[in-house]
Amino acid sequence: MADTLSAAISIGFHGLAFAMVLYLISVGLSVTMGMMGFVNLAHGVFAMLGGYVVTSLMSRHGVPFAAALAGAALVTALGSIVVERLLYRPLYGGDDLDQVLLTMGLVFMSVATATYLWGPIPQPMRPPRWLSGEIAIGPRGFPAYRSFLILSGAALVTVLWLGLERTPLGVRIRAAVDNLRMAQSVGINTSRLFTLTFALGSGLAGLGGGLGADLLAINPNYALDNLVYFLIVVAVGGLGSIRGPFVAALLIGVADTGFKYLLPELGAFVIYALTMAILLWRPRGLFGRT
Amino acid sequence: MATAGPVRADLRAESGAVAVFARRHRVHPLEALPWAAAIAAFALFPSYLPLGAQILATILFALSADLVLGYAGIVTLGHAAFFGVGAYTAGILAAHGWGEPISGLIAAALAAALLGLISGLVVLRTTGLTLLMQTLVVATLLHEAANKASALTGGDDGLQGMVVWPIFGLFRFDLFGRTAYVYCLVVLFLGWWTARQIVQSPFGRSLTGIRENVLRMHAIGAPVMRRRLVIYTFAAGLAGTAGALIAQTTQFVGLGFLGLERSGTILIMLIIGGVGRLYGAFIGVPLYMIAQDRFSAIEPVYWYFEIGLLMVLTVVFARGGLFALIDRLRR
Repeated sequence: MADTLSAAISIGFHGLAFAMVLYLISVGLSVTMGMMGFVNLAHGVFAMLGGYVVTSLMSRHGVPFAAALAGAALVTALGSIVVERLLYRPLYGGDDLDQVLLTMGLVFMSVATATYLWGPIPQPMRPPRWLSGEIAIGPRGFPAYRSFLILSGAALVTVLWLGLERTPLGVRIRAAVDNLRMAQSVGINTSRLFTLTFALGSGLAGLGGGLGADLLAINPNYALDNLVYFLIVVAVGGLGSIRGPFVAALLIGVADTGFKYLLPELGAFVIYALTMAILLWRPRGLFGRT
Repeated sequence: MATAGPVRADLRAESGAVAVFARRHRVHPLEALPWAAAIAAFALFPSYLPLGAQILATILFALSADLVLGYAGIVTLGHAAFFGVGAYTAGILAAHGWGEPISGLIAAALAAALLGLISGLVVLRTTGLTLLMQTLVVATLLHEAANKASALTGGDDGLQGMVVWPIFGLFRFDLFGRTAYVYCLVVLFLGWWTARQIVQSPFGRSLTGIRENVLRMHAIGAPVMRRRLVIYTFAAGLAGTAGALIAQTTQFVGLGFLGLERSGTILIMLIIGGVGRLYGAFIGVPLYMIAQDRFSAIEPVYWYFEIGLLMVLTVVFARGGLFALIDRLRR
């Protein structure tokens, strides 16, 4: 009994940490895809960029952890503005296939660029000293870094949700996701809003990639290998939804951790089967609009 | 007699339309070009025949993707699932003592078509991004299954120990790839001919209708789901055949046969040539694969950069592929 309980707590804990990373990375994808209907398969590239910025700032330049994270968010947000303005913009409302081709092309280029700049080996993530080791809660010890991941993830999620509910920018974003034409007719500059939202989502992804560098190892194939995870979170959660991807990330994070722990021979198999089942049941995702 | 003029004009217009429809089935002389080129390549580049055989088999794969994407309008990111299942079927048969190539090919086609039918029943119920996701998940599921079932598939190391018998007991697969090349060419020709017949049949026309305007096809009572399922199943069989061809001629099957990368690159090759034309595959695949052979020999990693850049440039400057570019230049 005690064993079962401790296994359940361990799965819940690590699953939650994984879910936070998945959510931070994927929420921007959900909002931008929902708003612009743009199939962005290159979203993982921004998460990877964030991961590389954090790991190399910390290990090569001795930048403190918090500053490195801020740097990662900033660099990816700024980088994404360039990509959005130059490449994505002309394809809004266009053919799915062109969008798939363009963004897959960006993913391939990111693989080669990352190999050129950082080599093929995964980048090690060394948490700062104040986050290494374990925190004892009662009789159990929890890895400090993962606990930090959960707490900071929860804080970011709260800020994000409050921001979307309470600020004028949040109102505009929700309006544009709900009804793009109506938002335009009431005088919202949707073009600038797109760019801003895109930068925000990519910055969050960069932050998520940096924070989660010890869960999803930073290597040149990052964007390709983890694409399925990000897309699953978005599709299961429901396009354009803010809360949907959170539920989906929780589901996928905990289920993935649990099944890899309990049934290692099935591995990720269960997750994919689960995704298919959910999408059959609700083709627009759990919280998708019909 | 006064009405004879307009009536005759009507008749003439009608027979003109009939003639147009009759002509589009006829074989255009230009359609012989790829086959002439393939036969010429056999004579001119004897040392490149193994690569040539791979190109021919990949053209078949791209052709099958064109049926799904270009004609039925199903944007898939999991077409490698069928390619891989075909390859593994032929490979596992040959590794376990049944190396007869023709029956192996048929078994592979049937296995892939069956998968197409089953997964199509699930996947084709959805549209847009969900459809894309479903196809991706099916392929990933199979990739994971092949990875875990390493007793059967060899897992990460790939399937070892395939022995493929001579075709009809007469033509051994030689080191120079002569048999492989001719074998792939013949199978590709049969596949292309069947695909051409299908595309130009009323059934093929209704597929184009579904691609262009689903709502209207529903409104005129076309069984949209069933037609999509039929073409999806057929294309899956074709993709399985292509996978089996590569497995038999290279005597190797690996997990990469089922990977996202393969699903992605086949789309790229097809799009570079042009989608929905049946000939895009014949242009895009050789271009891509010959370039890959040249550039990746120098530095495999940077090939990714070049191909990525090519994809981006295609979207920015040459939307619709090379065929569309030629069309635009002619106008």
